[in-house]
Amino acid sequence: MSVATDMEVKEGVDQETVDAVREVGGTYKYGWDTEIEMEYAPKGVNPEIVRLISDKNDEPEWMTEWRLSAFKRWEQMAEPNWAMVDYPEIDFQNQYFYARPKSMVEKPKSLDEVDPKLLATYEKLGIPLKEQMILAGVEGREDAPADGRKVAVDAVFDSVSVGTTFQAELKKAGVIFCSISEAIREHPDLVKKYLGSVVPVSDNFYATLNSAVFSDGSFVYIPPGVRCPMELSTYFRINAENTGQFERTLIIADKGSYVSYLEGCTAPQRDTAQLHAAVVEIVLEEDAEVKYSTVQNWFPGDENGKGGIYNFVTKRADCRGDRSKVMWTQVETGSAVTWKYPSCILRGNDSQGEFYSIAIANNRQQADTGTKMVHLGTNTKSRIVSKGISAGVAQNTYRGLVSMHPKAKSSRNYTQCDSLLIGDKCGAHTVPYIEVKNNSSRVEHEATTSKVDDEQLFYCRQRGMDEEEAVALVVNGFCKDVLQALPMEFAMEAQQLVAISLEGSVG
Amino acid sequence: MSLAQTKEKATKERLTSMELPLKGWSASARSDAYDRLMGMGLPVRRDEYWKYTRPDAFTSADVPRAAVQEDNDAPIFDALDCHKLVFVDGIYSEEFSDGLSIDGVTLELLSSTSDVDIHWAKSLYGSLEKKGQKPVARPLAAFNSAFAQEGILMHVKKTPPKPISLHYVRESDVSDVMLHHVVKIDEGASITILESGDVAARCNMAIEAEIEKDGQLNHVRAQGRDHERNALTHIFAQLEEQSQFKSFCLTMNGVLTRNETVIEMRGDDGMAHVAGASVGDGDFHHDDTVFITHDALRGESRQVFKKVLRNGATGVFQGKILVKPDAQKTDGYQISQSLLLDDDSQFLAKPELEIYADDVACSHGSTSGAIDEEALFYLRSRGVPAEEATNLLTLAFLAEALEEVENQEISDVLNAHLEGCLKRGC
Repeated sequence: MSVATDMEVKEGVDQETVDAVREVGGTYKYGWDTEIEMEYAPKGVNPEIVRLISDKNDEPEWMTEWRLSAFKRWEQMAEPNWAMVDYPEIDFQNQYFYARPKSMVEKPKSLDEVDPKLLATYEKLGIPLKEQMILAGVEGREDAPADGRKVAVDAVFDSVSVGTTFQAELKKAGVIFCSISEAIREHPDLVKKYLGSVVPVSDNFYATLNSAVFSDGSFVYIPPGVRCPMELSTYFRINAENTGQFERTLIIADKGSYVSYLEGCTAPQRDTAQLHAAVVEIVLEEDAEVKYSTVQNWFPGDENGKGGIYNFVTKRADCRGDRSKVMWTQVETGSAVTWKYPSCILRGNDSQGEFYSIAIANNRQQADTGTKMVHLGTNTKSRIVSKGISAGVAQNTYRGLVSMHPKAKSSRNYTQCDSLLIGDKCGAHTVPYIEVKNNSSRVEHEATTSKVDDEQLFYCRQRGMDEEEAVALVVNGFCKDVLQALPMEFAMEAQQLVAISLEGSVG
Repeated sequence: MSLAQTKEKATKERLTSMELPLKGWSASARSDAYDRLMGMGLPVRRDEYWKYTRPDAFTSADVPRAAVQEDNDAPIFDALDCHKLVFVDGIYSEEFSDGLSIDGVTLELLSSTSDVDIHWAKSLYGSLEKKGQKPVARPLAAFNSAFAQEGILMHVKKTPPKPISLHYVRESDVSDVMLHHVVKIDEGASITILESGDVAARCNMAIEAEIEKDGQLNHVRAQGRDHERNALTHIFAQLEEQSQFKSFCLTMNGVLTRNETVIEMRGDDGMAHVAGASVGDGDFHHDDTVFITHDALRGESRQVFKKVLRNGATGVFQGKILVKPDAQKTDGYQISQSLLLDDDSQFLAKPELEIYADDVACSHGSTSGAIDEEALFYLRSRGVPAEEATNLLTLAFLAEALEEVENQEISDVLNAHLEGCLKRGC
């Protein structure tokens, strides 16, 4: 599988970029599957299935009720059709909503008891579920600390969390990091208080479905004033065929805390498309800071568009406290269809939201992705940098909203989105919504190149570049900037993409 | 009730008391347009394309009353030498017009040709509107094609000696007018069409323009200071090889204005510039919606819109550049900017790109903000009174859009008009 090599690329597009994109669209490295005995819920979705999932997770009655009311609402809702994506109708009754390895029926008490086959799966994916210094010397990263760094991992396999590493060490710092099913049992007060408070149950079609049937996911609580001692991560793996994955992530960053959270995802290569509908909620209290990074590498389908993951995800951060800050960074290379808008509600005064995205669509992939920056508090700031690259016959859409409410005085937004087309059969689209309801705020959507950092420009000019050259360098360097915003653990993926520049972009 | 059902019901209700004028050459086009309208239904607030502007005033059975305002100024383009055609509440006035005869151009009225079965406009009337329904439905334009009472049919065979000025006068508080102009520009011919004044208490106007190879259409519209009126306009233009279309609109107040421009660049090397400047006060709501489709090589398009808003006014811009797969070497530019003079005003924008060709350059920018305090301070420190300084900076802000008007004489007239309005507080 590869992008047609005889594809004509217009002049001015950097060859390194074309090669890098081809590489990404080449053989899917994570397309193998794990042969393991699975236990499935009956196909389809109905109140019984919802109860069954709740039951499998040993949930209290309030949670079951919460799910059932969500299901009731979902039945009344229609699938959204406004995104620029096109896929055959999904038959929700002809797939599994719950699948877990048989070895997980009895919850392993520690990682040592986890089925070696599962451990081997993650090992093969490059995510060893061992409490060790990992990624000490990623190739080519001289700046990696010699003693390595710790990353706690919550590994989700189809519908269940297989295990979470470093829990004890995190506990010492007061950090709670566990699967959401465990949190519902062990920390019901926190879950009750925050679940659904950022993404309401009936937010949208897929979020509502997720609220009814989510099977597992990760839960993070960082207590006031704590800087999480290590990076946290969740690795999602879909393995079973014909099965949807519906995970739920809830991150609570209490006053003055900090956490960097990573998310990775892969799936085997299969002929039929599979559904992935996740919800991520982040709550930020005063002075809290959360960095959320994703490398989305779901199976994108083959070059004829067969198979692949339908990735319909709702991600939202609520900056409730003053001076809180959230940063979304995403590298989207996988999925047959992506529908994803990580958003920031900037409620607290002086809060900040940032969104950095590189979306690469090859073959028949379709991506409709972007962000919403909703400015409610005064003096709030947001920045959006989105790079969309399409090749083959792929379609890539940036869709975003910047909204300045009347009370969000003296707020600021800067948005830049560039698109690059490799070949003449693909498409790149931009659909920004801009709503400004007060006059002390400034909103700029791709204003002019003069908005490029003056200091950087000055530096380049000092070294003898003319202005145009300098601007080009700074703007095109941005892809690299997005990659540098990624935590080290994604260095491998990032390495693959650093060659990409947006030279010759269409708009 | 589903959205479709709600719409169908509302549309039927709206049309019950209306009679479709099915006579002569336009009958089949009107009946087609009627079917289109019934298929789409009149727009409602929940329609994505009407997200930022309420269509109610355009679709209601009753005409929102609009008191006629005293205006002692002479029509803005009277200062220019042009051939003037006047419509009073949508009815052509022989008395105030220069007549339907000018060198190089055939001028006829839609109403007076209604008995004829064969007419050159038959192939055009409603056809560009019909094409303009995809990919976004514009039911109010189909409504216009079906029911339009009057309009000018203009066949430009040779460049006329002077611009044609369409001036609208309103005398009724409840006039409800649908005008439909058809403009056909033959190869190599060019024309300047000016529009001024206010059509009616509620107006739904459509212009269909076909520009043949090397043809040129310059269109300048000044929507006047008639505050209470509701105005909806559509321009559908189709550009053949090396043809040019330029349109500029100046709007000074009006509770509700929606100007839609739909352009198809069909021939290679075409050029389309659409621009607008608006200044709004209070309950002013102004919506510029532009859709440019590039379907040929080396097309150039520009959209430049500037809005100054104060005392709670609302400005809307929905602009789109669609580049089809074979429209290589397209050069598309789009800028929408607002200057908010106070905290109550708002600017809502959706500057879209949809690109299917790889060797093109399309840029779109949108900004919104307050007046530059430093510039204001600079002027004030040099003794310019606050109000005057604000007006000066407002004019400077609008200048980029006004510069789109190439003809110096016309541009001077517009500038003087704008300056006068700002001084008086519109």
